[in-house]
Amino acid sequence: MLRFVLRRLLEMIPVLWVIVTATFFMIRFVPGGPFTAEKAVTPEVLRNLEAHYGLDKPLHRQYLDYLGNLLQGDLGPSFKYANRTVNEIIADKLPTSLELGLWSLAVALTVGLTLGVLAAIRRNTWLDYLCSSVAMTGISVPTFVLGPLLVLFFAIHLGWFNASGWYGPADRVLPAATLGCVYAAYVARLTRGGMLEVLGQDFIRTARAKGASEVRVVFRHALRGGLLPVVSFLGPAIAGILTGSFVIETIFQIPGLGREFVNSAFNRDYTLVLGTVILYAALIIVLNLVVDVVQVWLNPKLKFE
Amino acid sequence: MRPTTLACCLALGLIVGLAGCGRSEKPAAPAATGATPAKAPMIFRVGNGSEVQDLDPQTVTGVPEHKVIMALFEGLVTENPKDLSPMPGLAESWTISADGLVYTFTLRPNLRWSNGDPITAPEIVESFRRILSPSLASEYAYLVYNFVAGARDYYEGRLPDFAQVGFKAPDARTFVVTLNHPTPYLLKIMASHYSWWPVPTHIIAQHGPLDRKRLPWTKPGNLVGSGPFVLESWEPNKLISVVRNPHYWDAATVKLDAIHFYPTEDLATDERMFRTGQVDMTYELPNTKIDAYRRDYPESLQIDPYLGVYFYRCNTARPPLNDKRVRQALALAIDREAIVKHVTRGDEQPAYAVSYPGNSGYTARARLTGTIADAQRLLAEAGYPGGKGCPTIELVYNTSQNHRAIAEAIQQMWRKHLGVNVELRNEEWKVYIDMQQTKNFMMQRGGWIADYLDPHVFFEIWESDSGNNNTNWSSPEYDRLLHAALAAKTDAERYELYQQMDAILVDELPVIPIYYYTKVAARSKRIKGFYPTLLDNHPYKYIHLAD
Repeated sequence: MLRFVLRRLLEMIPVLWVIVTATFFMIRFVPGGPFTAEKAVTPEVLRNLEAHYGLDKPLHRQYLDYLGNLLQGDLGPSFKYANRTVNEIIADKLPTSLELGLWSLAVALTVGLTLGVLAAIRRNTWLDYLCSSVAMTGISVPTFVLGPLLVLFFAIHLGWFNASGWYGPADRVLPAATLGCVYAAYVARLTRGGMLEVLGQDFIRTARAKGASEVRVVFRHALRGGLLPVVSFLGPAIAGILTGSFVIETIFQIPGLGREFVNSAFNRDYTLVLGTVILYAALIIVLNLVVDVVQVWLNPKLKFE
Repeated sequence: MRPTTLACCLALGLIVGLAGCGRSEKPAAPAATGATPAKAPMIFRVGNGSEVQDLDPQTVTGVPEHKVIMALFEGLVTENPKDLSPMPGLAESWTISADGLVYTFTLRPNLRWSNGDPITAPEIVESFRRILSPSLASEYAYLVYNFVAGARDYYEGRLPDFAQVGFKAPDARTFVVTLNHPTPYLLKIMASHYSWWPVPTHIIAQHGPLDRKRLPWTKPGNLVGSGPFVLESWEPNKLISVVRNPHYWDAATVKLDAIHFYPTEDLATDERMFRTGQVDMTYELPNTKIDAYRRDYPESLQIDPYLGVYFYRCNTARPPLNDKRVRQALALAIDREAIVKHVTRGDEQPAYAVSYPGNSGYTARARLTGTIADAQRLLAEAGYPGGKGCPTIELVYNTSQNHRAIAEAIQQMWRKHLGVNVELRNEEWKVYIDMQQTKNFMMQRGGWIADYLDPHVFFEIWESDSGNNNTNWSSPEYDRLLHAALAAKTDAERYELYQQMDAILVDELPVIPIYYYTKVAARSKRIKGFYPTLLDNHPYKYIHLAD
């Protein structure tokens, strides 16, 4: 297993290199730059600005400089936020996105697994239809609709929460519920499907025949296999949840990385775009690796290859 | 049944657990200096648009930055809260030489930075040396070097010795500025624009070379200013909090104990924060909310005139817009009253000239006048009777609901009255600006918001070599008048020259004016000492909150 993990980690290096290179050049070919503003800067000022950030050097030189700094862990200065570096911004914002992500994941798993298991064991009853409809609704309603609706009801009408912000524990509730609900819907559908497939297999019948209780059959025997599709879904989903959601962070005014990720592209903040892309790519790769390991653990038929 | 019960308990537990956290406290109120202990501190909470780039008055651009910097720094002259006219700030008085070229300021006695260190004239000179350093690459350096003797040469490296530049400090309390040419609105720029506000160079030097960009001197704990408030905390994308500056020269006038600036990038979020009472004032109000506010919260809806003009920019090098008769026909076929009444709905004023009416006592006499029939005649004269043979006009705007609605209305008007086809195209902000600055467009939506309170601000941009003209239009006569206006001895003489320039603009129409902006916001009735001003600047020291 150790060899498997090491090999996969080594494979990560060329993948990241391709991503860095593609992003570096793609963002440069987009019209407009970090200093493009409605009130035009004079040519002299623009020259001095470009000299300060090294944008006056030939593009290949800038690329090599960037790679050199990257190897030393330096993601460079932000173009937009003058007194902060990309390292500082990521260190500052990532924990917030992680926290929001963990709360949302808790909501997604609790609600999603519950609904999915209930729907599967009461297949084709009203309970199944109810759970499936809730899940379908969750998938269909986008976060930018659900978020403001929750704010309207719980913050403006009932006055239980702040409309936005990230100050106290209560400020976690609405964003986590909004983001969690969407993922919960997917988890519920995948769990239901996975459970149905497993519940129809011979070993479940054997377990029942041996007199195992329904609880034991579901939780001990069926759930482990039924979770497989959920686990493969969760890899990329967790990477998405943890690196922050632009929509949720904007609606609820949360100081997370998701907004930086999107806004950096609008601002042509070249270094911040690269920094967030690298982080996101690395997270997806690592989490996919974790998923593969967990799948082998859940499914005895698989082996590390 | 047991699994069902278990699952229900789990789900219920989570919901109760999350909801049970209860409503949180707002961020802890900073200790109020000078307030009576029985009273809660008076905190003004405002939505402040997008997150600020930085708080260094010499390197930032942008309105959210301006709003915070106004609390932290002050210029030699400052703004009257009611009409923004210049009044004494760090300087208690000044004299202007007879030729209008030399301004001599006398600083107030015992002037102090927010850390208690004295503010002296030599340090103010040093501060201007900093903004003119090429390596600082200040984006607003031109607002200084366009006026001050020798400053441009120093900035561009032709003049190595800063002593030759027109900033002098004969003694600790006297500061002298020498200009290239008389600039009748210099004091207005000094009062309203932060590029002219001194920074504490002795503090900045503690963090690194004075002319180096991105020094950490603006972080909380480091930042030292001269304004009525001092930075207490700055949590990016969360909150900027400023509290009273005990060393401010006019601290007795300051009534607020603190101001909390909330970054509110999303206007809808900003508006919801206003409704739950998290902010006393929004940064703006989405147009779609105006009708609802008129109906449900008329007392909170504030619509003030705003010194800016919304227009369509023509590329005068591309047919058919290279023919001024086509531009005139298009301009006459727009029903501006209908647009402000039914589309923008924010009490905007229809614009029949380019310059803003009633700005510092100046209103253009020249006006767009003519009927639809005149428009049709002009188009026919240009060779496109009934729009026949007229190339399709591509109209570009930056992605926004508002701009699209206006463009669609005008597209209909032009099709109906002139038979001219218009193709609408939206572009992301930076692409749109890039197209504008490389003049790679046929017609583009545009706007100009004034930086300072003088008619000149609406004329300088159409000078032939102005970086903001971007229309391929140039007129030697217009340029000559602009320079003559700068040399004019009196405002009356100067305004007469502006009248001639307005007449040229209305005739030539490099841009087709549509309406003058208004500033629409939701504002609590508790806010006092807050007056509508054309630049939407509101000096904080006069503001207080009623109970």
